[in-house]
This record gives sequence, structure tokens and C-alpha cells, in this order.
Amino acid sequence: MTELKENLKRQIVEQLNLKDIKPEEIGDDQPLFVEGLGLDSIDALELIVLLQQNYGIKLTRAEDGPTVFRSVNSMADYIMANKK
Amino acid sequence: MSKFQPKLIGSCRISNCQIHKNTNLIFKSDYQSFATFADECYTHFKLAYPKFHKMDKLSKLGWLCADILLNNTNLAIKYDPFKVGVVLSNKNSSLDTDIKYYNMLKTGVASPAVFVYSLPNIVIGEICIRHGIKGANTFFISERFNIPQQFQYVNHLLKSSEVDACIGGWVELLDDNYEAFFYLVEKSDITNGNEYTIKNIEALYNNRGND
Repeated sequence: MTELKENLKRQIVEQLNLKDIKPEEIGDDQPLFVEGLGLDSIDALELIVLLQQNYGIKLTRAEDGPTVFRSVNSMADYIMANKK
Repeated sequence: MSKFQPKLIGSCRISNCQIHKNTNLIFKSDYQSFATFADECYTHFKLAYPKFHKMDKLSKLGWLCADILLNNTNLAIKYDPFKVGVVLSNKNSSLDTDIKYYNMLKTGVASPAVFVYSLPNIVIGEICIRHGIKGANTFFISERFNIPQQFQYVNHLLKSSEVDACIGGWVELLDDNYEAFFYLVEKSDITNGNEYTIKNIEALYNNRGND
């Protein structure tokens, strides 16, 4: 799980071009949107692409987005529960 | 008619790894690729605007040119933000990003963050967000920088009081070929600045600057 979270942080920084942030600076439970990393709606779409490309998981229910993408912890939990 | 005549207040040019403000060279780099040059500018000018890294190359070019042109002008405070306009033009529209997006489509999942830049006027949006500008804006596509046409359009906006200040110019980028030239025109009582005329814009545009 720790390795998964480290990979996720690295992938988030790369996929979203967060050049001013280092992966290790992202807290496991830090909110990704608004007051946390300050991600926006386009970033949310990029995170959906990230799940699909790196983990083969398609987020089909848009209403799940806010819960799944709340933090690195919640993304990791979703990946563990849905990986094939 | 307003008693104030439109004046050319300043200009900025970015091309060939050089930045000229009001025809004076203010930054020069040896980097050949635009992406590296843009990153170097970001660091050199201490820009602290994380969204810059997410922009496509055309938006980075226009955003940099506007940021340097408007540095310390407080344009959207000095004027009603709805009375500040942006009128730009280029030759290849958003083709650089369109090609990138097309190639992504061929290989699999395309990036939404790339797709949002597949329109040329997005560069105007990025400039407006940065500087709080909310006035009229237009992006024209033409083979070359058609100064008389742009003058006619911007002058109409100024004379009809649609805007009191306007950024005009040319922002062209394809691969690593790029050129941005922006000017600021204000309907102001200030005494400095040249009269806003086709001849004076052409003189600024054709002045390749002092080293």
C-alpha cells in the first residue's frame, strides 16, 4: 500500500505538471482539490485518465469522483478495491 | 468623444530566445527549444504561478509576453476590468496543440488538459485570468500580422468606449518557431507614450530592439 501511494504521488505530479511540488510533499490524507493541492476540474479529468492508463480502472460513475479523488489515501483505497 | 486620445504605453516582444520590453533587451537565453526557454523565463522572472506549467506552448508564450508588458501597470485596478480588452492574432491558430492532441488520439487515451488548449483564444483567457481582465476580446487568424486591420478593430473599441485600455498584438507558435509582439494602448490623459496610429505600431513591430 505504501508503494502504491508513493507511485500515485509521483504519477499525480507528472500527469498534472505540478512542477512546483515534489511527490514527497503530498500528504497521504491531504485534500487534492481546492484548499489542498488546488487542483481544478480539468485536473479531475486527468486523474480519471491516470486511473485508466496506469491501473486499468474506468471510473464510470461521475458522482463517485469527489469521494475517490479526495486524497491519495482515497485513491489508493479505490484502486485496491477495483483492481483486476 | 472622450477628451483623452489613445496612447501607445508600452510593448513587449519575445522571439529567438530574447525578450525586449519597449525595444530594450531585458532577457536573453541560449536555449533553442521554446519549452526550455519558457521554463527559464519562469524561473528568471520569479513568476510563482503554478498553472503556467499546465499551459500549452502558445498560451505560455502569450502569457509571458502579457505578464512582462503589464508588470506594475495595475491595469485592471486602474481601469474598470470590463473596460480592458485583449485583441490578438496569429497565423497557425492552435495548430501546435491540435497536432499534439491528434497524435495522442492515435495512440490511445487523449489528455483533457491538452484538449482544452485546442483553441487559439485560450491564450486570451489565460491572460485575462492572470490580470483580472473582463472586457471585450477577440482572436483573429491571418497569414501575417495585419496591423491596419487590428488597428481599425481596436480603435473602434476605444472610440465607441467599449474599452478604455487594450492589449493588442501577434502571438504565433508552431514547433519551436515563435514570435510574440504585444502593445498596450490606453485612453489616458498621461503625457508619455506615442499616439496610437498604424504607423507607430508598425514602427514598434519593425524595431527589432536594442541589444
